[in-house]
Amino acid sequence: MATSTRRAISLAAQLAALAAAVAGVLYAPAVVDLFDLMQYTFFAAMCILALSLGFIWGFGGILSFGQTAFFGLGAYAYAVAAINFGDSTPALALAVVVPGLFAAALGYFVFYGRISDVYLGVITLTVTLILFNLVNSTAGDEYRIGAAALGGFNGMPSVPTLNMPFDPETILEPEGAWLATAGALILVYVLLRLILASRFGRVAVAIRENETRAALLGYDPRLYKLLVFVIGGGVAGLGGALYANWGAFVSPTIFALSLSAEIIIWVTIGGLGTLIGPVVGCLIIEMLVARIGAQQAVNANLVLGVILVGFVLLLPKGLVPAVRDVALRGLKAVARRPRLPVGVEAVPAEKPSVAE
Amino acid sequence: MELAAILALDVLNGVASLILLCLGLAIIFGMMRIINLAHGEFLMLGAYATVVSTNAGLNIWLAMLVVAPLFVGLVGLVVERCLIRFLYGRLVDTMLATWGLSLAIVGLVTTLYGNTIQGVPTPLGGFSIGEYKSSLYTPFLALMALALLAAVWALLSFTRFGLVARATMQNPNMAAALGVDPKRVYMATFALGAAVTGLAGGLMAPVAGVVPTMGAAYVAKAFITVVGGGAAILSGTAASAALFGFINQTASFLTTPVFGEVALFVTAIVLIRLLPQGISGRFFRGSL
Amino acid sequence: MAEIVPLLQTRNLTMRFGGVVAVDDVTFTLGEVELRCLIGPNGAGKSTFFKMLTGQLKPTSGAITFRGTGVAGAASHEIARLGVGIKTQVPNVFNGLSVHENLWIAARRKNTPARTRALVDEVIGKIRLSRKAEAIVGQLSHGERQWVEIGTVLAGEPELILLDEPAAGMTHEEVVRTAEIIRDINTAQALIVVEHDMQFIKMIAKTVTVFHQGRVLMEDTIDVVMRDPRVRDVYLGKKVAA
Repeated sequence: MATSTRRAISLAAQLAALAAAVAGVLYAPAVVDLFDLMQYTFFAAMCILALSLGFIWGFGGILSFGQTAFFGLGAYAYAVAAINFGDSTPALALAVVVPGLFAAALGYFVFYGRISDVYLGVITLTVTLILFNLVNSTAGDEYRIGAAALGGFNGMPSVPTLNMPFDPETILEPEGAWLATAGALILVYVLLRLILASRFGRVAVAIRENETRAALLGYDPRLYKLLVFVIGGGVAGLGGALYANWGAFVSPTIFALSLSAEIIIWVTIGGLGTLIGPVVGCLIIEMLVARIGAQQAVNANLVLGVILVGFVLLLPKGLVPAVRDVALRGLKAVARRPRLPVGVEAVPAEKPSVAE
Repeated sequence: MELAAILALDVLNGVASLILLCLGLAIIFGMMRIINLAHGEFLMLGAYATVVSTNAGLNIWLAMLVVAPLFVGLVGLVVERCLIRFLYGRLVDTMLATWGLSLAIVGLVTTLYGNTIQGVPTPLGGFSIGEYKSSLYTPFLALMALALLAAVWALLSFTRFGLVARATMQNPNMAAALGVDPKRVYMATFALGAAVTGLAGGLMAPVAGVVPTMGAAYVAKAFITVVGGGAAILSGTAASAALFGFINQTASFLTTPVFGEVALFVTAIVLIRLLPQGISGRFFRGSL
Repeated sequence: MAEIVPLLQTRNLTMRFGGVVAVDDVTFTLGEVELRCLIGPNGAGKSTFFKMLTGQLKPTSGAITFRGTGVAGAASHEIARLGVGIKTQVPNVFNGLSVHENLWIAARRKNTPARTRALVDEVIGKIRLSRKAEAIVGQLSHGERQWVEIGTVLAGEPELILLDEPAAGMTHEEVVRTAEIIRDINTAQALIVVEHDMQFIKMIAKTVTVFHQGRVLMEDTIDVVMRDPRVRDVYLGKKVAA
């Protein structure tokens, strides 16, 4: 099959899937009850977080243990800004910009500082811990940004809900929150796909493949990694804001190490190197955690730990690539079936005689 | 004057604790380049081994100094055989697998013992400095940290095992060509690192809150101390533990414990930025 | 009369790793569109020399100028942008990407999308991998991967091309083809070729520089070099005064 034909079919399939997703998002409030819809809104916010790591790790080769830092910064930025401005529109923008700037500073420090990629994990982990400690200790009333008290370990209750852009009077109801969050998820996915298809994205992937060769071809790897890291930070921040909006609450537990671990688990079992993999992994794990949390028989940590170890040992590439491989192999087998020339009948193989 | 003595004891405590926390990790990461994210859980298992056996009637010294290292050393052996050895050379996969392991261990301990457990009292009693009271356990911990450093140094420098281990870490193929089985060396080294960590956990049991999730608080600190120390697993780790411990305790003393932690983390980040190879990349080069 | 600025020049270039002197006070000049072969036994410092020219190593001392611009200690991507390309001793290609993508990345940096497409087609024809354009490079044979790497270098359209052991692991047919490609390149671009395969050197060489223990032993035409007993001794491991 010619490359161009294959590409055309692939594009058509992707557009069809996109249309189906949009339709699904729009139709959901009509068929799903409110409680489940709120659950799905939560999942959608988490999926955006998953995409942020899936993008920077799977395509940029940057394993960050600190996407929760940007997630939390986005949540807090949204909360503080929404309370101060009374309008969620600039708050949402700040939720992307503030983590983005932070990622720029941290990224500059790491990528332009000749620090090895292994230590990046340690440093991002450390930064998350610092943030947790700092925010946790802001319980006193003197810790406020403008009109918003940070609340320390108590958290910030009554985080304002999203409103229609620039229209603080029109608040987005639960259905609205679903539409905004799931819509944002689809938007982010499409945006990341477009980035990956652009020259920037293709070079970033090449840098992940072989940084030396990319540099020898004239590309500055530090700049590309920095930009990829900033994009990841902004996306995580957006997820954080939508999460804060969903729960109308944000607390330092958003910086917890356990969430950092979960994101990595989502991407690993879903499939590193794909965009849909992290989303799939996130949905599976979050639904599993919700189920396990509801019962007392088995400990959630134990199950998650065993699943992660199992995947690393048995299915290191993750679910989506594994399914893709199986499907491709199946298709190839079908295509390769020998075809007999016209007019010749197939002779059945001799069947062994049944024993008397 | 007395305040200075108290601060000095605090710093001693902080540094000794860090050394104990990190030594096992330094052995495993420094010699095998394995990132064991279940390190905190090895500590926790050592603490639990001590607490459980002491509560069952065993003498606390035996529980801390014998049971804890033996138990966790055994756990380390099993972990290496059943998990780690399939992942040599796969750095990220080792991290993921050991993280999964840490979750599983926490879950298992929670299932078996619940969220809290009856602790053990701090042995040795206390002493006074002027108006301030201090615990004799602090200088004991410092002594143990020194003793452990010395013991590991002696093991690596003077025994056949130590020589073989160091040789295998530097060049496994050459060692194999000389008749050493690298796989067995890895197994023994990992078990050694685990045992040292178990001992540390046991020693910390009287002074730390023993809960299934206690490991999480130590993992990041331990890693950045080892990474900050650099390739020299003894001198480097001791040096970074001294630096970070001093800064941590002094900052805690002057402000709050939270800012003490933050100060430690910030120092670590600055250190790695200035000395990407760790302290022993520049100083103590070539030593153990 | 204006002095002609050489394409590449090094002056007293030295590289020390601790106590080991890998490249020792090398002064080397290359003219525009010149083809130079660099020979010498393993450990003579040839690859280290290349690494300094391309910014992969920072020289301990000495100067490197490319068309008059000092580049010693500059970053790899900066030197590449000036017009230097290298095929490294250990292959550096994008193993997980297709042949086409490898060349596209190389060509796209300073070309429009349309010109990139044309250039990629041209180069893929030169390296005779048109049929395998979509193959993943990591799965190709060693010789083919070398050609992909040479292709990525060509697609960057550099003024100076460094080839570190381009014939390594190739069949005789592939070696002949590689020599053809090199002669073709040399019609417009300068090359420095490091090789051990003497038959291959004879196919392409004009001037040959011999490295020994980090220093330049001699520099002359291929015939003179091949006849010099010192060169033979150096390859046999005998001690020779530089």
